[in-house]
Amino acid sequence: MVNEILTALLLVLGSLFSFIAALGMLRLPDTVIRMHAATKAGTLGAGLILIAEAFFYAESGITLRALAAILFLLLTAPVAAHLIGRAAYYSGIRLWKKTWIDQLKDRYHPGQSDR
Amino acid sequence: MLGESSLVVLAGRLALGVLLVSIFLALARLIRGPDAADRIIALDLVSVLIVAFLATYSIYSGETSFLDVAIGYALIAFLGTVALARFLMRSAIRRSENANLADKVSNGE
Repeated sequence: MVNEILTALLLVLGSLFSFIAALGMLRLPDTVIRMHAATKAGTLGAGLILIAEAFFYAESGITLRALAAILFLLLTAPVAAHLIGRAAYYSGIRLWKKTWIDQLKDRYHPGQSDR
Repeated sequence: MLGESSLVVLAGRLALGVLLVSIFLALARLIRGPDAADRIIALDLVSVLIVAFLATYSIYSGETSFLDVAIGYALIAFLGTVALARFLMRSAIRRSENANLADKVSNGE
C-alpha cells in the first residue's frame, strides 16, 4: 500500500517535471536558455518516473535496471548538453537581447562579435 | 494485473496523458525552432520524454520488458544526439573556413 502511494506520487511528480521541461522548451527565449530547461528538468522527470518503477515492482532485477537507466541518463545528459551547446555557440546562434555577459564573445569568431 | 480503480492506475493514466502533451509541446519547438541547434535540443528532450513514457507504460501495463526498451532507446538516442551535434559543429567549422578563404581572396592574397 505504501509502495502504491509512493509510486503514484512519484509518477505524478515526474510527469509534472517533464511537462515543465516541455513548457520551457516551448516558451523560453533563446537556445542556451532552452537547453537549461531540457537538460535539467527533463532528466529529473524521467529519473523520478524510473524511481517510481523501482518502487512499484520492488524486485532486485527491476530496481537494478531502473538504477542503471537513471545513471545512464545522469551521465549522458551533461555530455550531450555540452556538445550541443558548444556546436550551437560555434555555429553562431543569437543570444537573448537581455543577456549581457558573454565571456566567449571574441574567442570563437574574432572580429565578428556582432552575431 | 491491478484493479481498475487502483491509485497507481489513475496516476499512470494521468502521467501518460501529461507526458503525451509534453512530447507534442517539444515537437512544436522541433518544427518551429529557428536554428538547427534548437531542433537538436528539442529532439533530445523528445527522446528523454519517450524514455519516461516507456517507463510509465511499463508500470501501467505490468509488462516489465518495456524498461529494457527504455534503456535501449536511451542509448540510441544519446548516440543520435552526439552525431547531430558533431554534424552541426563540423558544418559550422567548414562555413567559417570558407568565410576566411573568401576574405583572403577579396583582400587579394
